[in-house]
Amino acid sequence: MTRRQLWQFLTSHIDRPLLLGVSLLLSTSILVLYSADNASWSQPVNQLRNIVVALTCMWLIAKLPLHYLMRTAVPVYVLGMILLIGVALFGEISHGARRWLSLGVMTIQPSELMKIGVPLMMAWYFEKNEATLTLKNYLVAALLLLLPVALIARQPDLGTALLISASGFYVLFLAGLSWWLIGIMFVSGLASAPVLWSVLHDYQRHRIMMLFDPSQDALGNGYHTIQATIAVGSGGILGQGYLNGTQTHLDFLPERTTDFIFAVYSEEFGLIGNLILLSMYAFVVLRGFIITGNASTYFTRLMAGSITLTFATYAFVNMGMVSGILPVVGVPLPLISYGGTSMLTLLLGFGMLMSIETHKKLVKT
Amino acid sequence: MNKQAEFKNHQREIFHFQLRLVASIGFVLVLLAILLVRLVYLQGVRNSYYQTLAESNRIFIVPIVPNRGLILDRNGVELARNYSGYTLEINPNKTANVDATINELSTLVEVTQKDRKRFKKQLTESRDFETLMIRSRLSDEEVARFAAQQYRFPGVEIKARLFRDYPFGEKASHLIGYIGRINETDMKLLEDSGLDANYRGSDYIGKTGLEQSYESELHGTTGMEQVEVDANGRAVRKLSSATPVSGNTLVLSIDVKLQEIAEQSFGNYRGALVAIDPSNGDVLAFVSKPGYDPNPFIDGIDPQSWDELNNSPDVPLNNRALRGQYPPGSTVKPFMALAGLSFNTRKPEQAINDPGVFYLQGSSRQYRDWKKDGHGSVNMFKSIMVSCDTYYYGLAAELGIDNIFNYLSRFGFGKKTGIDLGKRLENGEFDGESTGLLPSKEWKMKRYQQIWYPGDTVSIGIGQGYSLVTPLQLAFVTATLANNGVAYKPHLVKEVRSLRSSENRFISKDPIYDLNIDPAHLDLVKSAMVAVTQPGGTAVYASLGAPYQIAGKTGTAQVIAMKQNEKYDAEKIDERHRDHAWFIAFAPAKKPKIALAVLVENGGHGGGSAAPIARKVLDYYLLGKVPKPLTDAEVKEAGEHD
Repeated sequence: MTRRQLWQFLTSHIDRPLLLGVSLLLSTSILVLYSADNASWSQPVNQLRNIVVALTCMWLIAKLPLHYLMRTAVPVYVLGMILLIGVALFGEISHGARRWLSLGVMTIQPSELMKIGVPLMMAWYFEKNEATLTLKNYLVAALLLLLPVALIARQPDLGTALLISASGFYVLFLAGLSWWLIGIMFVSGLASAPVLWSVLHDYQRHRIMMLFDPSQDALGNGYHTIQATIAVGSGGILGQGYLNGTQTHLDFLPERTTDFIFAVYSEEFGLIGNLILLSMYAFVVLRGFIITGNASTYFTRLMAGSITLTFATYAFVNMGMVSGILPVVGVPLPLISYGGTSMLTLLLGFGMLMSIETHKKLVKT
Repeated sequence: MNKQAEFKNHQREIFHFQLRLVASIGFVLVLLAILLVRLVYLQGVRNSYYQTLAESNRIFIVPIVPNRGLILDRNGVELARNYSGYTLEINPNKTANVDATINELSTLVEVTQKDRKRFKKQLTESRDFETLMIRSRLSDEEVARFAAQQYRFPGVEIKARLFRDYPFGEKASHLIGYIGRINETDMKLLEDSGLDANYRGSDYIGKTGLEQSYESELHGTTGMEQVEVDANGRAVRKLSSATPVSGNTLVLSIDVKLQEIAEQSFGNYRGALVAIDPSNGDVLAFVSKPGYDPNPFIDGIDPQSWDELNNSPDVPLNNRALRGQYPPGSTVKPFMALAGLSFNTRKPEQAINDPGVFYLQGSSRQYRDWKKDGHGSVNMFKSIMVSCDTYYYGLAAELGIDNIFNYLSRFGFGKKTGIDLGKRLENGEFDGESTGLLPSKEWKMKRYQQIWYPGDTVSIGIGQGYSLVTPLQLAFVTATLANNGVAYKPHLVKEVRSLRSSENRFISKDPIYDLNIDPAHLDLVKSAMVAVTQPGGTAVYASLGAPYQIAGKTGTAQVIAMKQNEKYDAEKIDERHRDHAWFIAFAPAKKPKIALAVLVENGGHGGGSAAPIARKVLDYYLLGKVPKPLTDAEVKEAGEHD
């Protein structure tokens, strides 16, 4: 194999603009982690390992032709459901929730798999019925979404359940669910809230109240929000400077390498840094939308659109939570927070986007 | 033509999708705008405010521990209460040299080695801005001495805190339990259930008894104060606060006066007594003797007292009423009789001849009656009245183990009653009770890998063999029998009172099941149980001079097995190997208001030691008085036996 062929092999099916955006965010991740981990290399090095693994998977998925991708929809979804039921029956309880399944050698969190599995399955289903879409199909697709969401909400992992609902809803929306139905869903959701409220237990109501008013829980999650807001606010226009954030380095920020890493970044890089970060995210999302617009089949359009919108939602929810406008739900900052699982899930999604972009001509002919 | 339509269709579809895509982009732009506005507000507009907070100030969250809920008896008498006392507390953030400070303090107030160890432990476990207790329960004199010297100790202060107190001490200790310091195991459980935030600042948690089983009701909701502190750690101003919500008050179904009379009636005997209102499952008295004083456990009992309690041959820490398992002995006979009637194995008038011994067909093994020469001709009524063993050996053999198991297990033998004591599980049930044992073929195979022999069944008929019950379980089945087969789950807490919402929750008083026993069968068995306490019965003494009718049954639980030809002689046997005595009763027999089971360890036969205790409890509950004690001579005269 010549050098040229090797280069060809490595870079074919890679979408360069998307890779550029993702790489910028990943570099930021290492940079911020070093500071958040109190200038230690231990978490940045681990994160680098996570990134290498996840990028390799992305590269493999990008090479996968689209019909293979479609074929994985049903097995991935079914496997995810089996694992979720397994969690409900045999899952390990940690911090009051049953989310992890122990498989002897390793423990897994099947809800993570469903972040890809659910939109994949729904997009596949719409593609199968593309020629004859009726109301019934939308109902079936909604059911495909609600089953895993109900199991995840029961764990209870309300945050993940809501985010998967969002990614599923995006598929429904892009598949052309009529504006009327969206309106009806919205209104009936609002209308059923008081009914739901009345059947809840006192402690469940309390938990929900806490989501909306963190200051009620100043000893628990509320503490995180208060400290994180101070960190963001004290960053100012220019930031405290790299490695100089007092909130971060005086141990005031909880979970600062994972869910609250945005507070570290904001404190040290300020509003200017945040504008740069938001631009990077916007660039990746924009590229995602362009790929969606170029996509050649119904399935790929739905899939690409859902992946892009979900990515944007994750970033928004995390930053909103850290800056105190959204309730604290356990959502990492995509591509930046420390953690292997979410990195893998996200880059698998980007691998699919790349495959959609680079294989479209083959499908068209 | 067709192709063109399809193409057009496709075009339209693409157009629709692109509309959706534009809407999506608009949606993302809205999200972006929201974030931008928020970030500009925080980092631009409010920057100097947050800058101040972050740089020159620290915000601390100080938890305010709620008052623990009270425990009252059914008449409002306090069984567990709080009193305020003074503690000496150190704020490590304000104290330069903690060790030196403690040494200095010990010249003013007594600081033991234990206090120091406890403080060290708290120091490593505490999170942030919390003051830590070095001494609790200061005397007035100590308070005065420290107050005069306080200027020398920055960061050390006297605080008024609430302490738990159990005014009845040893009485009802097994039922109320106690709280103790939160240890690592408790902390881990709290973290796992996501409750650790509510326990910030709390030092105590329920360890046993009702204090443990109703922990979630009693603890209350922790409040907090968010304070701004200067660089020296001094609180500068309060930013916000949330008031704590006191724990709920538990109102028990227990009548503590009745409880006291029951405990006193045991004298020096060990044992247990459970009294239940059969019409609703209210537990009226719940005794396990001996008891222990729960008060020293609150701040950690000293090792010597602990050893004494733990190694005492009387095992005072064992809750006999809840966890003690004993053979039911003859108290099972009324239930066996009902089983016989229900399966039509015996007619009430069908009499057997009792020669004082029973042989299983084709076997030479002797099953002896407690009365050497037998009771002569015995029908069902007489079998209960005189507690004839031979009758029940035969009945058990004829019924067979499967029928016995089915019938008695429906009644509640060998099952937990579900009483509200013990660790509370996720499903709201309580896990503290022993199950007892109602043997079956499956059980024996599983336990001993052996088949069931007909001989095993025979001794089940008189409540021996493998059978085991707890005093609570026996009281529960007696209450169910008294209430004509309609069962109520026994409960100690009658009502949970909330101070905040003035909303009182009553424990459900619906029956859990109805056994649908034939009224004719009930009449026969109940009237035979009344005869037990009449002349000719095995517990005459129990109703001597009582103005109401008592239905009862005596029983004896063997502690050591007799050899085939050995004769039991209480005098010759070591006291701890003497039989346990049982007495179950309900009264008034026609319309029972109270049902109970009494167990007296090594008390001999049921009529002699257990029945008098029952009588005192019944007299107090039904008549409101303590009967005059009978003399030994009168007891002998009554000539009781089982």
